[in-house]
Amino acid sequence: MRFLNIRTGVSIKSGLKTIAKSLASSRLTFSIVILLIVLVQNIITTPTFFKVSITNGLLSGYIPNILDEASELVIVTLGMTLVIAATGGVDISVGAIMAISASFCGLMLNGSEYRTDVFHNPYILALLIGLLGGALCGVFNGFLVSYLKMQPMIATLILFTAGRSIAKQITHGQTIYIMNPVYKYLGVQIPGVPIRTTIIVSTVIIVIMVLVTKLTSLGLYVQSVGINGSPSRLVGLNSRMIKLMAFVICGILSGIAGLVGSSSIGSVNSGELGLSIEMDAILAVALGGNMLGGGKFSIAGSVIGAYTIQAITTTLYAMSVRADQLNVFTAFIIIVIIVASSDVFKDKVQKLTRKVFSKNVSVGG
Amino acid sequence: MKDSSKSIMQSQKLILKRKGLSDTKLLLLITVSLFVILYILSAILFADRNFAKYSVFFNLFNNKAYLLMLALGLTIVMISGSIDISVGGVTGLVSMVIATMLVDSTVSAVWSIPVALAIGIVFGIVQGYLIAYMDIQPFIVTLSGMFFARGMISVINPRSVPITDEMFMCWSSARVYIPFLYNVRRHGTHDVAYLTPAAIVAIIVMIVIIIMCKKTKFGRSLYAIGGNPQSALLMGVNVKRTKFLAHVLCGLLAGIGGLLYTLFAPSGNPGNGYGYEIDAISSSVIGGVMLSGGVGLPIGTFFGVLINALIERVVPLLGIVDASWPRIITSAFLFAFIVLQSVFARGTGRRLTRSRIT
Repeated sequence: MRFLNIRTGVSIKSGLKTIAKSLASSRLTFSIVILLIVLVQNIITTPTFFKVSITNGLLSGYIPNILDEASELVIVTLGMTLVIAATGGVDISVGAIMAISASFCGLMLNGSEYRTDVFHNPYILALLIGLLGGALCGVFNGFLVSYLKMQPMIATLILFTAGRSIAKQITHGQTIYIMNPVYKYLGVQIPGVPIRTTIIVSTVIIVIMVLVTKLTSLGLYVQSVGINGSPSRLVGLNSRMIKLMAFVICGILSGIAGLVGSSSIGSVNSGELGLSIEMDAILAVALGGNMLGGGKFSIAGSVIGAYTIQAITTTLYAMSVRADQLNVFTAFIIIVIIVASSDVFKDKVQKLTRKVFSKNVSVGG
Repeated sequence: MKDSSKSIMQSQKLILKRKGLSDTKLLLLITVSLFVILYILSAILFADRNFAKYSVFFNLFNNKAYLLMLALGLTIVMISGSIDISVGGVTGLVSMVIATMLVDSTVSAVWSIPVALAIGIVFGIVQGYLIAYMDIQPFIVTLSGMFFARGMISVINPRSVPITDEMFMCWSSARVYIPFLYNVRRHGTHDVAYLTPAAIVAIIVMIVIIIMCKKTKFGRSLYAIGGNPQSALLMGVNVKRTKFLAHVLCGLLAGIGGLLYTLFAPSGNPGNGYGYEIDAISSSVIGGVMLSGGVGLPIGTFFGVLINALIERVVPLLGIVDASWPRIITSAFLFAFIVLQSVFARGTGRRLTRSRIT
């Protein structure tokens, strides 16, 4: 009581001020605000938004749906976060890597048949081969960036355009249908578990990534290499290896996303799987308050960014916007965010506010 | 004594050799000889396909006139040390807008020209402003531009529209025969080489760009800011304005490229122009333009485009029907040339950062 009595009036005001200040400076605020706006909009238009029910032994409702649909994006975004943090560039081949690793997996499972319910190889082995495909793509990208010193976007542009063609060659130019119900375990549901596997997988991967970046020095190394490569090399970090590792992790995570994505529809379509997901992933990282120029990163921010984007997407779909038209919105939002977070823009805003402020003073004086 | 004088002689020879053959010229030489070798090889391998005929050679270029425009645009921005990957999207957007505009023939086909140029310039101005004056990474800006253009295509029209406008089709199918360049067919008729109006436009634009890069102040500033923006600034070059203009020019060329593409394939299709940015980038890179900026010649890009056209022509003859193979092979070429450039950059050390166009 005494404590409260002492700090009346002014202290509450200043407390609010500090909270507001820390909110304004926090890099997460932006994405949380957008997420809240989208949620509020959804609650107004659809009153049943928060309703969660169990149908056919599965949790269903709007929120589980968004969590389910966002899982691929969340997984890809985590990899993208590391690449952006370590290199200051973007991996735009993630969608193509998804297609490649799913195609490897489909090829292992189906053999040369296009539609079958018999597994030609053990399920786990096929998944591992798929992930290996993703990892190899990551090694290719990472090699180009760290050892040949190419700009990340140009290096990944090679797989961005050739990747889907390669995936098409792996599946002999056809969509592969995997009819065995076991294949859907990863993307839909394991019998008896009431939560969609995609949600479990994405949660597990988020936890692993948080633990890895917090408990080991990987997060610190990635940040220091991203902020400035040459001093990091001078203190004994192998910056090439760390960049390569970021790309390999991104490749593996894209591979997981590809397997999850193909498993949830029960087929491998190399032309459609993960199409234009790279744009969403970049947007998610930017929304999460991460610097696109490399350096500091926040896993939590990226995850929130990814869920925000999925919420926006779901809302836009509900407003009957078609998938291919969605790109216009995504491109527009990403430009606005990047312009708003650019140094030049901040400088201009600061100058403007200072001008207005000084004018007021002179008028008052 | 003898040994040391010998080694001095050798090193002098090496220096002379290096002076005579700069990076730019060496890369150009590799490109030209690669094209010649590939062409002769395909002429030998597919003797029945008439690669030795003039008309086949000119058709290579007729089919890829639009790509030359896109690649020249990319050459300019890449020399300035930037990049533009929205050109494919702009191409698709232009072709879709023209097709939708001409669908009921109420608008004259002449309007397609200013519309195409305007779309290109608007993209160039917006992207150039964001890149040059707001200092945002060119790749992100133009990636957004690409997605924006792709999205706009399906906002305008999600189905494919054929162009039936008479005047436009007349432009599209017109041929300008080149006198004296013909082969005699077996029946005695002449197989005369020809150029399409699109190809003629492309050649004129290319000549203008070559002169611009070589002779004008803007062209020289391009190389300067691509080689080293800091020293260009100290030299008194307006770096931001030059970069901005480079992007506007690239946008304009993408608009022209879209028009030429629509002349080549007269229909609006949501898939039009998909992946053309990589074709354009790979043509430029294969033509000797360095991704790091400051090095490259428009004439090299011309040969890069020809190599691209040749790959697209030859791969189906090898018995590979799948349309995805030419792109895989082009990407492999791109990869090889990037590795080559990296080797050059390492071999010549710091010289890479300085423009050497002698």
